[in-house]
Parts: sequence; C-alpha cells; structure tokens
Amino acid sequence: MTARDLAGWAAALATLAALALAPVYLDAYGLGLMIGIAGYVTLATAWALFSGPTRYVSLATVAFFGIGAYTVAVLSETLPYPLVLLVAALIGLVVALVVGLSTLRLAGVYFVIFTFGLAELIRQLVTWYEVNVTGTLGRYIFLDLGSEDIYWQLLALGATTILLAWWIGRSRIGLALRVIGDDEVVAAHCGIDIARVKLALFAASAVIITLVGAIQAPRWTYVEPAIVFNPTISFLTLIMALLGGANRLWGPLLGAVPLFLLFEWLSANFPNHYSIILGLLFIAIVFVLPKGIVAFAEKQWKGKSAEAAP
Amino acid sequence: MLVTAILTGLVLGGTYALVAMGLTLQYGIARIMNLAFGDTIVTASFLAFALYSGAGINPVVGLAIAVPAGFAFGYVVYSLMMRPLVARAKDKASLEIDSILATFGLLFVIQGTLFVIFGANYTSYTYLNVPVTILGTNIAANRLLAFALAVLIGGGLYLALTRTRWGTALRAVGVSPAAASLVGIDVNRQARFAFALGSALAAAGGVAISMYQTFTAASGVVFTMKALIVVIMGGVGNVLGALSAGLILGLVETFVATYLDPGLTLAATYLIFLAILLWRPSGLFGRASR
Amino acid sequence: MTALLELSGLTKRFGGLTAVDGVSFKIAEGEVVGLLGPNGSGKTTVLNMVSGLLPASQGKISLRGEPLTGLPANRIALKGVARTFQLVRILPSLSVVENVVAALAFGRRRLWGEAARQEAMKRLEQVGLAGRADETAEQLTYIDQKRMELARALAAEPELLLLDEWLAGLNPTELRIGIDLVGSLAERGVTVLLVEHVMDAVRALCGRCVVMNAGRTIADGATSDVLADREVVRAYLGADHA
Repeated sequence: MTARDLAGWAAALATLAALALAPVYLDAYGLGLMIGIAGYVTLATAWALFSGPTRYVSLATVAFFGIGAYTVAVLSETLPYPLVLLVAALIGLVVALVVGLSTLRLAGVYFVIFTFGLAELIRQLVTWYEVNVTGTLGRYIFLDLGSEDIYWQLLALGATTILLAWWIGRSRIGLALRVIGDDEVVAAHCGIDIARVKLALFAASAVIITLVGAIQAPRWTYVEPAIVFNPTISFLTLIMALLGGANRLWGPLLGAVPLFLLFEWLSANFPNHYSIILGLLFIAIVFVLPKGIVAFAEKQWKGKSAEAAP
Repeated sequence: MLVTAILTGLVLGGTYALVAMGLTLQYGIARIMNLAFGDTIVTASFLAFALYSGAGINPVVGLAIAVPAGFAFGYVVYSLMMRPLVARAKDKASLEIDSILATFGLLFVIQGTLFVIFGANYTSYTYLNVPVTILGTNIAANRLLAFALAVLIGGGLYLALTRTRWGTALRAVGVSPAAASLVGIDVNRQARFAFALGSALAAAGGVAISMYQTFTAASGVVFTMKALIVVIMGGVGNVLGALSAGLILGLVETFVATYLDPGLTLAATYLIFLAILLWRPSGLFGRASR
Repeated sequence: MTALLELSGLTKRFGGLTAVDGVSFKIAEGEVVGLLGPNGSGKTTVLNMVSGLLPASQGKISLRGEPLTGLPANRIALKGVARTFQLVRILPSLSVVENVVAALAFGRRRLWGEAARQEAMKRLEQVGLAGRADETAEQLTYIDQKRMELARALAAEPELLLLDEWLAGLNPTELRIGIDLVGSLAERGVTVLLVEHVMDAVRALCGRCVVMNAGRTIADGATSDVLADREVVRAYLGADHA
C-alpha cells in the first residue's frame, strides 16, 4: 500500500466517523435530511453498480425499494428485526433473479421495458393480495427504532455499497464488465460468461436497493402500496446517478447530494410543479451532461484530446 | 357471458392494436424508444374529456382535433428532442439509451402537467352509453364506436403503409436506414414523419379509450407497457403483427377480468410478456428485426 | 495423427441463403491449414461457427473428439480456441495491456494481478508492442491494433488458433514479420486454421489447404497441389483461365 493509498483510506474513515457522529450535532430536521441523503447516495451507487458499466438502464429501483419496505411492514411484528431484513433481501434477490434470467440474455431494450413496468405490476399484485386475501390495504409499522438507528444503518449500508463498488472496480469482475461494455463479442471470446456477470451485478444491486427500502420503512409508520411503490423514487435515483456519472465510483454520490437538497427545496416550495421541473431538469442532463459531471470535469481537466471513457 | 367477453375483448384489443401500431412506427421506423408514449395517449383522453364536458364537443369531433394535435406534438418532440440525440448517437444502442432517458424525463413533464390541470382523480365522461344488442348480448354503443374508429383508422393506415409508394418508403427506413438513403429516401424526414404519425395514432387511441374507460394522469405508464408488450409480441416494426397481438392482448385481459379478477389484468399482461421473452423474443409472428 | 479439430457436414443457413453447405474436414494437431476461397464462399462463416459466434444450422464440430456444436463462445474459448477477427475487434476504452489481460483473466489460465500483467507484457513484446502497453487501444494504428488482437489471442495459449485474414493490409516488411510470427507459433506446436488471401503467406505457412466455393469444399490437400487444381483456379479467376 502506498502512502497515497493510506492517506485515502484515512480520509475515508475520518469522513465516515464524522458522518456517524451527525446525530450528536444535528437537530431532528438535519438528521432527517441526512437520512434522505444517505438513502439516495446508496440507491444511486447501487443503481450505477449494475447500470453504469452494462448500460442497461434499470427503471425498477422502486420495485425493489418497495419490496423491502413492504416486507418490513408485513413482517415487523412477527419476526425479529434482523431476520426481517434478511427475508426482505432474499425476496429482492429472488425477484432480481427472475427478472434477470428472463431478460439479460436479450437485447438491453427488453430489460428496460421489463423493469419499466415491474414496479406497477408488483404494486397492483400487492394491492390485489391485500384487498382480496388479507382485507387490509395499508399497514402500520411499530418498530422501536429511532431516527439515529435508521441513519446509522443507512450509513453503514451506503459505505458498504461504495466499498463494494470500489472493490468491483479493481477486481476481475470489474474488468469483465468493462470488456462487456466495450464489445460483447470479444468478451465472450475471452471466455467471459456475459449473462452470468450481468446477473450477478444486477442481483447485488437489487439486494442493496431492497435493503434501503427495508431500512427506511419505519420512518413512514403507515405504509401502503401507493406510498412505497412511488415511481418518483426510480426517477430520482436515475437522475442522480446520471448527473454524477454512473461510470465513476464517486459519481452517484456527487450527483445525489446536491440533487437531494434541490428536491427537498423544490417539493417544499413548488409541490404542484415538482415533477414537471424534475422532468425538465432530467432532460437537460441527458442533453448537456450525458456522461455525468465527474467525466465532464475529467475531460475539462485533461483537455479536449483525451476523451473520457464512455 | 362468453359472447360478451369476446366482444368486449375485441373492442379493447382494437384500441390496443391502434396504439401499438403507433408505437411500432416510432420504434420500428424512427428508432426511438418512447417511454412517454402512454402519456400521449392519456393526454388525448383528457383532451377529449375537456372538449366534451367543457365545450360539449362530442368525441368524434374531438378526434378531428386530437389527431392533428397529436401529430403536431410528435413532430415538435422529434425535431426538438430526438433529432439532436439521433445526430449524436454513435450506434443504435446509444440512441436507444438516450431516447429512453429523454422520453423518461418527458413522461414526468407530461404527467406533472396533467396533474396540475386535471388533478389525480379517476376521470371519465358519459357519451353514447346506450346498450346495443349484438349476437344476443348487450354492449355499449360507445365501445362499438371506439372499435369502429380503431378499425377505420388502423385499417386505413395499414393499407396506406403496404399499398402505396409513400408507405413503402416509410417501411424501407424501418428495414434499413442506410440502404433507404442510398435509394434517395430522406431518412430524417421519414423518421420525423413516422414519429409524428405514431403520436397521432396514440392520440386517436386516447380519444377512443376515453369514450369507454376511466383514466388518471398516472395511467400513462400502464398504457406504455401494454403498447410495448403488444409491439414485442407482434415483432418490432411488424404492423400486421401489432394488430393481431393487440387483439390477443385485449381478449386475454377481458377474459382474465371476467373470469378471474379485474385486479389481475396487468399481471396477466406481464405473464404473456414473460412467456414471449422466454419463448420467442423476436415476436409471435417471426421476423426477427434485431 | 489425431484430429484436433473435426468438422462434419457443417451447414449454416441465413433464411433462404445457405452460406456454408455440408463442409467436412479434419485438422491434425500441430498443422497449419489455410482456408481459401473467393469472397462470399463461406470461409469466415465457418470460423464463426467454430468459435461459437454463430450457431451451426446442421452438422458437427468437435475438438479432440469433444463436441463444440451448440456451446456458447465463452465455453468454446475455455476449451482452447482463440481467434482474431476479419475486421479487427479491439476493446477501445481499455489500455493495450488490459486488452491482453482480458484474455488471461477469464480464459483457461485465470491469471490476475501482477502475474497477468507480466504475462501480457511478454505477449506484447512477442508481437512488437512492448513499448505501447499503457496507451489506450483506440489510439493504436490499424496494424498495431491487429498485432494487439493477435497478442490477445496468443495470451490464451490456445490449442487451436483461428486467424481471419490477419495478414491482410500489411505492407511487405510487416507481412514478412507477420509470416515469421505465425510461423514461430506453428513451430511451438500451435494448431492454426487461417483464412487468407495473401498467397505468399499461404505458400509459406500452410502445409495443407482447404478451398471453398459457394459454401462447399471444392479441394482439400497439399498447398501446391491445391493451388494448381483446375477447379480452384476456375473458382478464383473464372472459367477462361482454367
């Protein structure tokens, strides 16, 4: 390990420690913001883990998020909390495998379409089940978890996700992803099992997203399908990862923090025009910064000659 | 009950076939994957509603307003949003991603606008809601009218696409943009036209749907999904395939709603989609176009 | 002599067009075989089926008696088949050395880290790209990209190497180097099947040639015999010259 690596690790750990102490020096509102930021940083990083290198745009973020949240709502009174999280993660994993196995062998557009409708499908199925079988639409979550407990869990999950993304970037599977991103024919001829690599990444990303939903669920107290399967969550995650740059380790984080604060401000000041402004902002990002701010900054830094990797 | 289900299914399927034809024009010919397609449909439904309940203009006349408006909307969206993306795309895949992202943003803009104007409630209006007896069963006249309109517009367009020089040029762009430009077809113009025509069909479908169904500002996603599934089931770019697949989907949905549970129609739709992906990703009617 | 590669009745149909029609031949271990024929005769399609890029419509391919037919390209690569492509295929956003490491990390050898890098450097040296390891692959000239592609194929230490017009477009000096390079592989016992139009190279390298025309094999034998064959000359040059 070089001196520079050591300094990097030290800085990362110090930042993490400072963030972990946030409940000590922040009021309830500030902590609420930090929970939101930690949640979206994790969502955007997990999204980019799969969608960045493979360029398979997943629109299913809220499907997994909702699965996590709803599992907690259903099971919180019957199982101990850690076990509830485990069950949520497993359900997320199974759904991801079903979606992945049926679409990842095909052209990317099938995957996008499938994920596009997935949240709506699961929402309708859960609603149908609740109305027809259990007869209760909407559930209360009574868990003895304070804001700071939720915050610490999200912070740990976020740090783990970034660590995972960093590790993948340096590992064999990271190289496999870059090869696949460049040329799938060459990838296959190098011996890479393309479908398996994609499936593994998609499953990992989906499990993390499911856990974010599960951990955040107790914040709501009252949960119903329309709340936890709100498509805006998919949309926000996507726009954050894109703004920062889905192909850079810190890209999703750099996109998530400013955009989350902007969204908070927008929803407080323009509650009715919120989604119009978001849509326009999103279109602007697609046009002006298609590869994200990090890649854009790198390009400016290096000058026009060295174009950043796609 | 069976005859009712078949008739209702055919009516619904007719509308699906009509809108799916629009989407297959946009994706198969203009090569734009438009996730805001369903929101174009819903916008037209609201337009028909506003014209009817606000100004007393009946939906058939409303169609004459909505279809050109849909065309103009598609034309503008293509020229302003899609054309720059087409120009910068390195290959088909990057255009696909860019168009998915851009239209995903557009979806939220349209949906948000509809929320602001019409609110989040389910909306419907009563027009020609009188029973007509066919084959011993009663069906609402508005459904029959919607079906007749779908057959008229869809059938007319199908004939135009397959029997005229104009239609051949358009389809040629769908088969191979590069080769089409070699024989003197202005690919950009054809793509813009196909996209606008797709929007016009979405608008026609939206007006038809509004005559017999309730809708909300958030219905767009489901309409896009259904149209996409019909397009894939029929084979991308295959107009006749889209027509047949639309009818099949309408029948399946109605049967599930009649004999199982109306809450499970989307699940049934998805099950079909899954089966198609696993079994015949190039569509029920062959012609792999990718 | 045991057959390393055996094709029997290999057929590929694209819709109504039969691009490869019942092709059968064997290649013994250590042989360098030229696959010749006019443009469109189906040579590249044969290579594509062997490497798993295209599924065969009919017929069998086996490597050391093990069937390859129906396996995906990645499984075939792991069985010891490597190739270059007619239109060179590089990984543009990766560095030159990473292009080679790609074949080491996932191939049969599963090398990673420093070991993989060193091995990749050795392969780059072999093809004359030692000094360019950390450049982006995209920045290389066409010829250097071809060299890199060969280094990538060699790094896998294949039992069977498929070269698809790898020598096309080289100038006389480069051609000399290229021929020597392929020749040295053959000396080390690598079995090579090469599709080639450069006849000097074919004469220098291949002991045996298989000639295809319109999807069928029309000749199979020692290179000098095959090149003198009337039917082969007719396929290449037209009836007037035969």
